[in-house]
Amino acid sequence: MTLEKPLTKDIPQDGRGLDLEGYQRADGYQALRKALRNMTPQKVQEEVKDSGLRGRGGAGFSTGTKWSFTPMGADAPRPKYVIANADEMEPGTFKDRYLMEGNPHGLIEGMILAGYANQSDVAYIFVRGEYKLSQERLARALAEAYSAGYLGKKILDSDYSLEMYLHVSAGRYMCGEETGLLNALEGKRANPRAKPPFPPVSGLFGKPTIVNNVETLANVPHIINHGAAWFQSLSRTKDAGTKLYGASGKVKRPGLWELPMGSTMREVVEDHAGGMLDGLRFRGALPGGASTDFLTEQHLDVPLDFTEVQKVGSRLGTGTMVVLDDQTCPVGMTRNLIHFFAQESCGWCTPCWSGLNWAEQILDALEDGGGKPGDMEKLEFQTKFWDPSHTFCALAPGAAEPLQSALKYFHEDFERHITEKGCPFRS
Amino acid sequence: MLTAEERQEIEAEMARYPTKEAVCIDAMKIVQRHRGWVSDDGIRDIGELLGMSPADLDGVATFYNLIFRKPVGRHVIMLCDSVSCWIMGYDRLRAHLTGRLGIRFGETTPDNRCTLLPIVCLGACEGAPAMTIDNNLHVNLDPDKIDKLLEECK
Repeated sequence: MTLEKPLTKDIPQDGRGLDLEGYQRADGYQALRKALRNMTPQKVQEEVKDSGLRGRGGAGFSTGTKWSFTPMGADAPRPKYVIANADEMEPGTFKDRYLMEGNPHGLIEGMILAGYANQSDVAYIFVRGEYKLSQERLARALAEAYSAGYLGKKILDSDYSLEMYLHVSAGRYMCGEETGLLNALEGKRANPRAKPPFPPVSGLFGKPTIVNNVETLANVPHIINHGAAWFQSLSRTKDAGTKLYGASGKVKRPGLWELPMGSTMREVVEDHAGGMLDGLRFRGALPGGASTDFLTEQHLDVPLDFTEVQKVGSRLGTGTMVVLDDQTCPVGMTRNLIHFFAQESCGWCTPCWSGLNWAEQILDALEDGGGKPGDMEKLEFQTKFWDPSHTFCALAPGAAEPLQSALKYFHEDFERHITEKGCPFRS
Repeated sequence: MLTAEERQEIEAEMARYPTKEAVCIDAMKIVQRHRGWVSDDGIRDIGELLGMSPADLDGVATFYNLIFRKPVGRHVIMLCDSVSCWIMGYDRLRAHLTGRLGIRFGETTPDNRCTLLPIVCLGACEGAPAMTIDNNLHVNLDPDKIDKLLEECK
């Protein structure tokens, strides 16, 4: 049996993006035709819900359930919005960039379908400023889609109309947080908002708004074309579909692979990434970006899906792993991660802006020879304040994950930094 | 005062959003593209068009790291300091770059040629370590490759 790779099979290997002609030759926009001709918006919502598609941005929330919160019917507030979260800034993550550069129309068709399902009027692609090639390819694809009648008034002569715009961000990790993104689109600082109300009810400019990740949306045309049962059959586990898995760090072939959901870390690291560079041993990995708990050798055969990774105390996150080898300092790596979170904190919640800076100072001291007995307890204590009951958004809870797991799995390395007055990996 | 070109570009953005305020980030990026950075005058010019106070605009401007509220050099170099690049040798590259340019992060060379800034994960982790020069991505860096790239920064 050949592996099915709906998200990546049509992406040219030579680095060119798929243009409209190429996309149409690969059955592009057939799902949109099918939905507009034969399916009600409710039916599209149901199909996506039945497929078991879960958010690929990291949180893993059911996409169909999110859509079901949108007020429908003649009394629903207008305009309604649909947004692609293309603000990929989770350290270690590069999957959405690959999809946008390789197949921008796949994202656009997914967004039009999401728009149709929620009867949205306006769509924004919120892309980060550094993704220059993605922006160029999306801008061209949008122009192509408009001239072919897939966007604008009365799409393909149906009663459905959708305007779609590209918004290029001016930076900051907080823009990837769902409500921070909404504030950024409104021309404000990207601080998080209190929830509830949740965006599907009251989002952009106070109107019903669906925000989905790029990979999530790119799955939608395939679900509409082939059905919920097919989508579930792609996976090895209960969490449906394929997943873009990635590996970076000191592996032989860092990269990205579309594999059945539930593939293991061993397969990704050993089979696809070619194993560790010569002379190095695998010590652990952040399975899905900076804000996921470390996993170690004992977890190499855990199926990487939302449910199973959670059972062993981490999260699938974005599915692009950062690999730690035995000659890289886990304390130094943790310091780098906490520096990122401390810098990117928007300053809205005290446990986040204050606690992260405090933790960074302790980690700096540990690395630079000023570590003291009790430092690990202080770090552990801090992570307790970074849980979702103390903060508006998931930034600080995300920062707690690598720190608390590093303290657990690399306890001896932290000890050595204190007793040896500095980083033992630097000698 | 906004130039006719700047004004035209900002007004084109207004068609895409229901409020004037929503355009302010794009407006600052437009002004920056034309003037290199966003000065106090730039803030005032945008504020007049969008009906926003300089304080409100500055609050937004200083939140976003790709909006420059200080002059920058002819080339802006951004070195990724996030986790995958750190594992793959960020410290060595940083030392090399700061040594070659004779400046620290946040500074511009005296001849106004290069500004050096750190940047969060560029989403190019399979090619770590990575950096951008004038928003063009460069991957799999080593000191030799950096030297060649710096030679092209005139």
